[in-house]
Amino acid sequence: MAGPVSVAAEYLAGSRARAARTVLGQVVLPGEELLLPEQEDAEGPGGAGERPLSLNAGARSRVRVVCGPGLRRCGDRLLVTKCGRLRHKEPGSGSGGGVYWVDSQQKRYVPVKGDHVIGIVTAKSGDIFKVDVGGSEPASLSYLSFEGATKRNRPNVQVGDLIYGQFVVANKDMEPEMVCIDSCGRANGMGVIGQDGLLFKVTLGLIRKLLAPDCEIIQEVGKLYPLEIVFGMNGRIWVKAKTIQQTLILANILEACEHMTSDQRKQIFSRLAES
Amino acid sequence: MKETPLSNCERRFLLRAIEEKKRLDGRQTYDYRNIRISFGTDYGCCMVELGKTRVLGQVSCELVSPKLNRATEGILFFNLELSQMAAPAFEPGRQSDLLVKLNRLLERCLRNSKCIDTESLCVVAGEKVWQIRVDLHLLNHDGNIIDAASIAAIVALCHFRRPDVSVQGDEITLYTPEERDPVPLSIHHMPICVSFAFFQQGTYLLVDPNEREERVMDGLLVIAMNKHREICTIQSSGGIMLLKDQVLRCSKITGVKVAEITELILKALENDQKVRKEGGKFGFAESIANQRITAFKMEKAPIDTSDVEEKAEEIIAEAEPPSEVVSTPVLWTPGTAQIGEGVENSWGDLEDSEKEDDEGGGDEAIILDSIKMDTGVEVSDIGSQEMVFHHVGQAGLELLTSDAPIILSDSEEEEMIILEPDKNPKKIRTQTTSAKQEKAPSKKPVKRRKKKRAAN
Repeated sequence: MAGPVSVAAEYLAGSRARAARTVLGQVVLPGEELLLPEQEDAEGPGGAGERPLSLNAGARSRVRVVCGPGLRRCGDRLLVTKCGRLRHKEPGSGSGGGVYWVDSQQKRYVPVKGDHVIGIVTAKSGDIFKVDVGGSEPASLSYLSFEGATKRNRPNVQVGDLIYGQFVVANKDMEPEMVCIDSCGRANGMGVIGQDGLLFKVTLGLIRKLLAPDCEIIQEVGKLYPLEIVFGMNGRIWVKAKTIQQTLILANILEACEHMTSDQRKQIFSRLAES
Repeated sequence: MKETPLSNCERRFLLRAIEEKKRLDGRQTYDYRNIRISFGTDYGCCMVELGKTRVLGQVSCELVSPKLNRATEGILFFNLELSQMAAPAFEPGRQSDLLVKLNRLLERCLRNSKCIDTESLCVVAGEKVWQIRVDLHLLNHDGNIIDAASIAAIVALCHFRRPDVSVQGDEITLYTPEERDPVPLSIHHMPICVSFAFFQQGTYLLVDPNEREERVMDGLLVIAMNKHREICTIQSSGGIMLLKDQVLRCSKITGVKVAEITELILKALENDQKVRKEGGKFGFAESIANQRITAFKMEKAPIDTSDVEEKAEEIIAEAEPPSEVVSTPVLWTPGTAQIGEGVENSWGDLEDSEKEDDEGGGDEAIILDSIKMDTGVEVSDIGSQEMVFHHVGQAGLELLTSDAPIILSDSEEEEMIILEPDKNPKKIRTQTTSAKQEKAPSKKPVKRRKKKRAAN
């Protein structure tokens, strides 16, 4: 861990932009500038003075690169705004340069459009519900944004209920708005989360790890007991199992998974599976 | 920010769990969370962690003129602050009720109980006395602030050393710490607060409630006691009706808890004293473990799975017997078959031992290599998909599993062996059925593996 950080410190002293490709998987600090692959050739040793003159100067292929969380476009380069490890994903099909993002860890959630979150209804006022999602402002949820809801047929939502929905509006200038239907008008798992069960909060990084496509933790947990889990990208997890004891065990395991190596985790699961 | 509202679901769950005598972190009804006391480099600076609740205490002193009606006594000043980092709900103007309540309780506990001898703080009667100031900061709120604060206050006071003063006639000499060793305060006894949370109108009680339990409790009873079983202060809030024997029972429990906590405090003070005397390193920097990124550690919670056993037995008793497992033999070549899986290969240590468990290095490589030899197909270890958001808690142990591309030749004469990269590599042995021939794997794989390592 000392390696990448000391390199980063050296870099900051030298203040020369690094190529994003060479920094993949290493720790980057806010304020660093990264060069995209297409610019590396132009910025090689020798710099502007020795750039070969080409007849069709504008024919350089422009690759569309997506800037993910923690990165910002700054002129031609990427500017790092969060500290964490730099990641890259190759584009699935043909065009585009893929996605770059910074994997960082935090507990405080900032609403992002399209995220599925668990919210707690705090107030009912007229046609909208105010839902607390852990951000700086409560999100608004219209009563018509449920599947099969009409003006006559209102959904049965009380203050204090848990809602699983997604954001349709989430930026820094307006209050976030969420809905419980997808673009086709179907609920698709969203809506009011049933009674019972336990809601607890974890870090955002753990949620992303658990929601990764082939997460072992979830598979192993699923083999232990029958259970229902809902993950909200705002760090909230709702668990329900047959008995209170099982629910508590699950909640403790998921919270502890963040700081355990896979060996320790397997040990714990095997011990639980035996008893 | 407003406080996160408590959902109906959580409230219901917590109350049901308490009725079944279960707490969120697996403690028993009368159990305290782990208390950890660490000292800073200065005398009088300490940090107390009660589970995740953290309080920082700092004692300082100053020479001032005494109060007019108490000319021979020193002055004590207590202040508890709820820092904004403790909880999102704590804002500069918003926590007044809770703050006032905690401060009042702390003052009653420490000042009215006369735990510190104020007469000994007098330097010149009527002119100069010591003013001792105790500042407590709440750094993280996870329930039961008052207990942690009272422990921090008394520990800081016991740890503190004031400068030595000598009076000769009219001359007062204040010695610096270099000239004369600073002097500890004179403390008669150590009052410690113990909190009890009541639920369902006094039917259930819990000692040391954490933040979730505090949200759903009906009332709170705080008893401050010292190890001589003298009650320094009692406060009941929340408006619940308590019976006499409930209060007596609580005071008995308090006696036991205070004895344990006092012992812990004395041991911590002694340890710190020893380290300072021997010239070892002390201070907050030493109390944080090295090589650990995370600040919070999950303590091992003993999970009581006893009734899970009963339930599991019931289910097993009622379930049908499992179907018989018949292992199907795999025919590699005429005359060579394989039933089941072999023993773990000891050559596996040669490959990177840091790879994850589900990527067992050795075995598949041998079988695959020997199968692929004639068909001229390059195969590398089929690792698991790269974990996109993979956080590992240790420093620097990030694993990037490299997937070299699988090159399949186009020739139609050879058998096409299709490997599915997303399945567990250990199953590959049974999947690759149509191999042409397999030579004895003993010699060749050694060569192959060395080649592979060079290529890697």
